[in-house]
This record gives sequence, structure tokens and C-alpha cells, in this order.
Amino acid sequence: MVEPIVQFKDVHKSFGEFDVLKGIDLNIAPSEKICIIGPSGSGKTTIIRMLMTLEEPTSGDIYVNDANLWKMERAGKMVPANEKHLRQVRGDIGMVFQHFNLFPHMTILDNCMVGPIHVKKESKDEAKQHSEEMLKRVGLEEHMDKYPSQLSGGQKQRVAMARALVMKPKIMLFDEVTSALDPELVGEVLEVIRNIAETGETAMVLVTHEMDFALEVADRVLFLDDGVIAESGTASEVIEHSENKRLQSFLRRFRNSD
Amino acid sequence: MNWKWEVFFDALPLVTKGLTITISLTIICYLFALLFGFVWVFLRRIPSKIINWIVTWTMEFIRSTPPLVQLFFLYFGWPMVPVVGVSLSPFTCAVIGLGIHTSTYIGEVYRSGIESVDKGQWEASTALNLTTRQKWLKIILPQAVPPTIPMLGNYFIILFKEVPLASTVGVLGILALANNYGAAHFRYLEPLTIVALLFLLLSYPSSLLINKLEKKMNRRFDKKSSTGSISM
Amino acid sequence: MSAILGYFIAIVAGLCRLSRFWIIRTFTGFYVEVFRGTSLIVQLFWLYYALPMLFGFNVGSNLVAGVLAISLNYGAYMSEIVRGSIVAVDKGQTEASVALNMTRFQRMRLVIFPQAFRMMLPEFGNYLIQMLKATSLVSLIGMHDILYHGNLIRSSNLSMAPTVYILVLIFYFIIALPFIFLARKMETVSKKGVASS
Repeated sequence: MVEPIVQFKDVHKSFGEFDVLKGIDLNIAPSEKICIIGPSGSGKTTIIRMLMTLEEPTSGDIYVNDANLWKMERAGKMVPANEKHLRQVRGDIGMVFQHFNLFPHMTILDNCMVGPIHVKKESKDEAKQHSEEMLKRVGLEEHMDKYPSQLSGGQKQRVAMARALVMKPKIMLFDEVTSALDPELVGEVLEVIRNIAETGETAMVLVTHEMDFALEVADRVLFLDDGVIAESGTASEVIEHSENKRLQSFLRRFRNSD
Repeated sequence: MNWKWEVFFDALPLVTKGLTITISLTIICYLFALLFGFVWVFLRRIPSKIINWIVTWTMEFIRSTPPLVQLFFLYFGWPMVPVVGVSLSPFTCAVIGLGIHTSTYIGEVYRSGIESVDKGQWEASTALNLTTRQKWLKIILPQAVPPTIPMLGNYFIILFKEVPLASTVGVLGILALANNYGAAHFRYLEPLTIVALLFLLLSYPSSLLINKLEKKMNRRFDKKSSTGSISM
Repeated sequence: MSAILGYFIAIVAGLCRLSRFWIIRTFTGFYVEVFRGTSLIVQLFWLYYALPMLFGFNVGSNLVAGVLAISLNYGAYMSEIVRGSIVAVDKGQTEASVALNMTRFQRMRLVIFPQAFRMMLPEFGNYLIQMLKATSLVSLIGMHDILYHGNLIRSSNLSMAPTVYILVLIFYFIIALPFIFLARKMETVSKKGVASS
């Protein structure tokens, strides 16, 4: 068994009175591809947002490379992490958002370069070279000098992926990256994800509604229901052969609405 | 430190006497501006390019020149204008000057309120075959007025803070009285501090009130826009 | 000069009000409310006549008093715009910069502020015109501005009054004209390149 790169230990999250996650235990191995599925409001997105430090867990621990993400040691006691600690631990994580969140005041190239230059302290030339390579990989090298507002949704999402990839993360999080797209643009985005998955070494966590795609790329599929991981297994085990009633009804509703 | 409480309490009753004038001037100016704001809206709705251009730039002129100079013009200049010139009392002068100045802003508020009503609302009321009067009274105005209320409230407070300008043409509001007191006793510190405190005391709570109103309106507006985005 | 100082104060105060530390927030909140709650003309008189008495020193010339009053007053108003614009930048922008592992300072400098600044521009333009108007007040504390000279001419020849003041008004308007166009232009510029919620 390989050492996991990410560990969730009994993680709970509530928003006010509402308990979204009621004890999540999860190990992610390096280069493992995981898809999280489940009804809306089940807390799929919350899981990866906590890993990206956008949401703080109510209780429980998350470890990244064996370092506790949300807590740090000070004078022998564990205290809530400060910004510096968070920055140290989350450096290996990258994320792509449902609504792209590109920086509208920068060109496509600058969007990709801003991270390497300011966070990784690469030289401008280096950053430019890496960003151009990455944009080529997502097929947008011709649009480098445009602004995000001049691109289609699918193109924007591909830029967002290049922007995350150029930071060379060991873990990539995808938060319903196709949900805000017109149906005809979904394909090009999935194609890029497939490409990232095939290249290998990055671990990936995808929150998605694309069941067929999950079947194709995922090493493991998690079905999240009522705040816990209700089913976990290979894609075909979970999506095609599960006995879980709620999962079956979820999948049925899903297929019908397609 | 050179603060004397005796002077403070000596000046307090004198200065607060001006409060009635300051407040009543504010209210009268405001009512004048509210009415005159309609005039601008009607003038701008006249379907003639030339008139529209003239009205727009007149408003821009009044708005972008100092109200203090406008007051001086009305007070010192107007009586000297041949034929139409008459002497105006300081109070009337302030009402007209500050009132017209504020009305150019108020007119814009009205316009933005009317424009904020969705085009579909006009089309829907035409589809229901309402008369023009019904359209305005039942459909357009009920939607156009609420969002303008916080803005109108803001202009009331702004106007309140402009009113001490009138002291320069001799309206005996709190600032003028404080200055008089200062000149008579060679002590400006306490009377002017009283004026500042009075303003703060009156305008801060009212701006809190308006903030609250604004939030309430925004919530209503938000609900509207969120259902809008769902239907997209 | 007032304008530059005013913008500077506005940006600093606006950022302070969003600070993580409540002492800074409360303190700037107090400053903003005091200067927004009282009238500019009152502040001007207070700075010029009252402050020297309180501490026994002069703020300096009437120029200093004028610049200070106008910049402090409009700084307070505009700090609210700064704050409002920063808050109005879509939360996703912060999230994306967290995902790139930027520091707090980098997030503000590279991502949030450049966008908020575009939103501030039209309002800043409008306030420039307001400040120009406000400068007319300095004649009241004896500075030799246009209005002061206008008053002088008027007092030597009463029948000139209407012409003199009309001229002063036109003069102000001519100075304001470029700013009016600038403000309109800024409005179109600011519509581009912002992710607002």
C-alpha cells in the first residue's frame, strides 16, 4: 500500500444548524483519480473546498503530505492554522472552478503566468515558456493575448486548467467544471481532463455529474449521500453494480433527466 | 489644550437657536428640489434633440459649478439684472439656489428609477391594453419609486450639510450664529465644535437609517434578480 | 493637490476598513463617520479658526487648512467607494488566487485591487468635480481664488454683480468640462475587465 498524499480523518462540516458532512474518512493515493458523485447539496463540493482551504472544517483533520492542513503546532499544542501554515501545506494543490474565475483584467497568458511568477518566483521568461507550453497543450496558443471576456465558456475553462496545471500541482481538484457550460462545449473540456488523467502522475479529485466520463477516467468513485461516503469502489462497481437503493434512484433520476 | 466649558455652555443655547432655521431651510429646500426634479424629468422627455441637448447641458452646468457661487449670483447679482431682477431675502435665495442645485441630482434619481423598470413591463402593460395613466400609476411608478427612496434620503442628508453655505448670504443658521459668537468673543473653538457636534448628531443616525432602508431594498432586488437567473 | 491627497487617504482608509484587526477598522470607521457626518464648510472653519485655539498652534496658512479640509472630507467619502468596490469583486476571484497559493498581499495587489480600481474610476471622476466645486469655499477663509477676486470686483462696482458671478460660474464650468468627459470615459473603461458578483 502506497503512502496516501491526502487523508481525511472524521471530517465534519456544518453551515449554521445544517450539518453537511457528518464524518468523512478518505485516503487519496498519489496519482489516484477519484470522482465524487451524489445529489446536489450532499456536500461534494465542500469536500474539495476544504482541501483547497476555502472552507474550514467544523471538526476532524485533513492531512496533506502528512502535514495537518488546518492545524499547526505551537508551543507543543495544536492550534488553528494561520495563513503562513496554510500556504505552506496547500502549495501542492490546484483547483479548477465551476465558474472559471479567470482574472478578467489580465490576458490569457498573464492569467497563466501570474502564479509561477509571484508564487513560485520563476523568472518571467521561464514562466512565459511554461505557460505557453501549457496553453498549447489545451489548444489555446492562438488566443494567448486575448482577454477572458473574448473567449467561449469552454475556452475559458481550458485556460483555467492551464493556469492550474502550470503550477505543477500534485493534486488537482475539479469542481463541477462542466456544469456552467453549454452542452456543445462540454466535450472539449472533458478532452483536456482526459489528457491530464492519461499523462498520469497528478492525483485528481473530480466533482462531476458526467457519469459516463467518471466511468471512463476514475480509479475510484465515491457516492456521497446524507453527509457520508455511502458507496466507494471502482467506477463499474459503484455506477453499474451497486446494491445501494438510494444510489440506484439517484442514477435513475440522472439518466432520465439527460 | 485651551478648551473652556464655560464658553461651551454660554454658546450652546445661542447656537442651537439657529437649529430651527437650519432644519426648516433644509426641509423647504428639499421639497423645492423634489418638485423641481420632476421639471427636469419632463423637460428631458420632450422628444426634441435640441431641447434635450440644452436641458442636459443646463443640468450639467448647474451641477458642476459651486453652489456657493450660485448663491452669490442669486443674492448679489440677481437684483442687478435689468427688468427681471428683484431683491431676494437670504432665505428665499438659499431655497432657490440650493433647491435648484439639488434638483439636478434629484432629477437624475427619478430618471434612473424610471429606467430601472424592465422594458418588458411596458410591453406587458400595453399587451393588457392599459391606458397611459393606468400604465404609469399601476405598473411603472410602483416599481420605479421604491429603489429611489434610499437615494433620495441620501440627497436629503447631503443637502442638510450644504445648508450652512447659506450663512454666507446671511441666513442665521447654526453656522452663522457660531461665527457671530466667535467674532464677538474672539473664541471660535467652542461654538464651531458645537456646530460640528450638532451636524454629527443629526446626520449620523439618519444615514444609519438610510443604510438600513437600502439593505432592505437590495434584498428585495436580489430576490428578483435571482429568480431571473434561474429562468435563464 | 487636495484631489491627490484625497485619493490617497481614500484608498488607505478604504483598505483599513477591511483590515483584519478591529482596532484599525474601528478607528478608520470613526474618522469616516465624523467627516461624512459633518459639513465641509464647518470642517473648514473648524480647522482654520477652532483648531489653532485648541492646541495653540496654527495649521499653517489658509492653503494648508483648505487642502486638509477638502482632502480629509472627500477622502472619507471616497474611502466608502474604495471599500464598496473591493467588496463587490466576485468572491471567486479570491478563491482562484487562493488556489494559486498567493499570499494575502498578492491577492489584493494582483487580483482584487486592479479590478476594484476599475470600478472606482467613474465615482472618482465624479468626486473630482465635487472637489473642484468645493474649492470655492476656500475664499471664505480668505484665500485668493476666483470667487475671492469676483467678490472684490463686485464690491467696487455693484452693477457688475450679475456679469461677474456668471463669469465665475462659466470659469468653473470650463475647468470642470474635461473632468465631465473624463468621468464619462472612465465609465465605459470601467465596464471592461471586472468580475463583479
